Amino acid sequence: MTSTRATAVLVPVLSVLLSFLVGGVIVVISGHDPLAAYVALLQGAFGSVFNLANTLTVAVPLMLAGLGVAFTFRAGLFNIGAEGQYWLGSIAAAWVGYAVHGLPVWVHLPLALLAGTLAGALWAALIPGVLKAWTGAHEVITTMMMSYIAINLARYLIEGGPMMAPGYTPQSPAVLPTATLPALVPGTQLSWGLVLAVLAAVAVWFVLYRTTFGFEVRAAGLNGRAARYAGMNVARIIVLAMFVSGALAGLAGAVQTLGVNHRLFDAFNAGYGYTAIVVALLGKNNPWGVLAAAVLFGALNAGASAMQMQAGVPAHLVDVVQGMIIFFIAVDGIIRSVLRRTRKEAAQA
Amino acid sequence: MNGSEIFNAQLWMTALSSATPLALAALGGTFSERTGVVNIAMEGMMLTGAFVAVLASATLHSAFLGLAAAILSGMLMAVLFAWGTIRYKADQVVVGMAINVLAAGLTGYLLNAIYGFTGTPPDTPRLPDVTIPGLAQMPGIGAVLGRADLLVYVMLLLVPLSHYFLFRTPLGLRMRAVGEHPQAADTAGIDVNRLRFLGVLISGALSGMAGAYISIGVLNAFNVNMTNGRGYIALAAMIFGNWKPVGAFLAAALFGLANALAINLQGLEGWHVSKDFVLMIPYALTILALAGIVRRTTPPAADGIPYEPGH
Repeated sequence: MTSTRATAVLVPVLSVLLSFLVGGVIVVISGHDPLAAYVALLQGAFGSVFNLANTLTVAVPLMLAGLGVAFTFRAGLFNIGAEGQYWLGSIAAAWVGYAVHGLPVWVHLPLALLAGTLAGALWAALIPGVLKAWTGAHEVITTMMMSYIAINLARYLIEGGPMMAPGYTPQSPAVLPTATLPALVPGTQLSWGLVLAVLAAVAVWFVLYRTTFGFEVRAAGLNGRAARYAGMNVARIIVLAMFVSGALAGLAGAVQTLGVNHRLFDAFNAGYGYTAIVVALLGKNNPWGVLAAAVLFGALNAGASAMQMQAGVPAHLVDVVQGMIIFFIAVDGIIRSVLRRTRKEAAQA
Repeated sequence: MNGSEIFNAQLWMTALSSATPLALAALGGTFSERTGVVNIAMEGMMLTGAFVAVLASATLHSAFLGLAAAILSGMLMAVLFAWGTIRYKADQVVVGMAINVLAAGLTGYLLNAIYGFTGTPPDTPRLPDVTIPGLAQMPGIGAVLGRADLLVYVMLLLVPLSHYFLFRTPLGLRMRAVGEHPQAADTAGIDVNRLRFLGVLISGALSGMAGAYISIGVLNAFNVNMTNGRGYIALAAMIFGNWKPVGAFLAAALFGLANALAINLQGLEGWHVSKDFVLMIPYALTILALAGIVRRTTPPAADGIPYEPGH
């Protein structure tokens, strides 16, 4: 059926358009020009090489963490705590990045990335994954709680804790040049993390669709009971899926720390791990869809300040649009019923 | 300040004040989840309530109208949440997230659009403190419970009332039946979705009230993302309280105490436990409770599952 396939793409696209429409109405009500706002937003996001690099810089952690969230969705799990795994990845990467001396760049950089990846993976698998597999404790709640614990841990480490740099600013020492992800576009913050993120998407696609483990993950996600009757070890699948998901979120934190922030500091408001959930949902848990959705949200966030400065529209509009997108994606019955009605009318005409 | 002085009246007052919005929202959460709707949207409903409370209180020069408006705004967000989750049977966690992001965006947008960068008006009326005659004069307990914000007492009254309503009235029984076994409830002639709508609506009202406490109870101002995750801690309190009003209140009180301790510990000499570790306690306890390690928790059997007749 081509129509179901078309619907699969149409629903996310219409959700985004409808959300911008609702955002535009809010802009009009508050006495601004929506067209000017969106033009400024677009220019701020794509108007120059520098702006485009900014958009992609924001998109990179969203791609990686979004792939992680999508992976658990495929297994029928909901890793709402990518934020915490992201911060564990940031902590571990920062620590390896500044505390380990005397290594050549081709050892130090991969080591720091690996440390972040592993820290995120263990943060997701050891407690939420294991508890879900053996006690049934709901991963939505446990990963959410683990996120808050992670943020408090990160805060402790840089506010007088063992990772605090000398001085009074709550931040870690800067990572060494040997552990820094080099810039992809010189003069911008866009690092080689973008290449890593695209490679990660290819890897996730391969694992999901070309390996036995990926088949098991998708089978468990479609029907856990049937997978169990078919002889699959569902507990093992749950723990491994959480491990992979946390690894990707941890890598997101490591890439952000080694490529953009260059140290651990209080950037807890960014919330990449939360936005990653939206990215996974909008991308329909498909690796390529996740990449596209991450660019969209990167653009929204990178263009928001330009919109505020040039059109005088508060940057929070972007959050309103983001919230509407999640709503329409989740409640896709609204859009489906509209689609059905228009198709019927088109058929009758 | 030394170790023995840490449990002073100030600590208990801070604990009660921190516990109040958590308990109000957590009580609301028991109504929603007892009818079978997982409500992580409490954060957004609370944030909306906090903003609307200031907006209405400042514009209408009445803290009580501010409170009323906050409750209504929480219910409005609840209607949106219920429309998606009950009418369209969408994923409750995802719609809850949508509400939270939307509320953060809308309140931040309106704060900036209406008040610019100067913040909410400094002459916004605050909800009044209430003095309980007799109790206020008692030594020890009087300093903590004798005089407090009106909503603190409202919360304390709502705990037994909620328990009575859910466990001793026919409507409460029906609401619980809908969350445990919707098919059986439906067969018995109960309108499953209507009672779920009611549960979500009560949750919205109480979350809105909790928001009003944060913005015009403790202070008389609103700032961006003011609730700062309290809705999620309230959710944790409801779970730790085993989906029961009294349990939710006790958990909220415990979490409030952890928060107060974290504040007090900063003034303590010769004691090097970071406040950040104390702030982790509620989250760690909730995980342990869910895993059945600290205590056994049992969610309503149909919690989180949209009702499809005939399944």
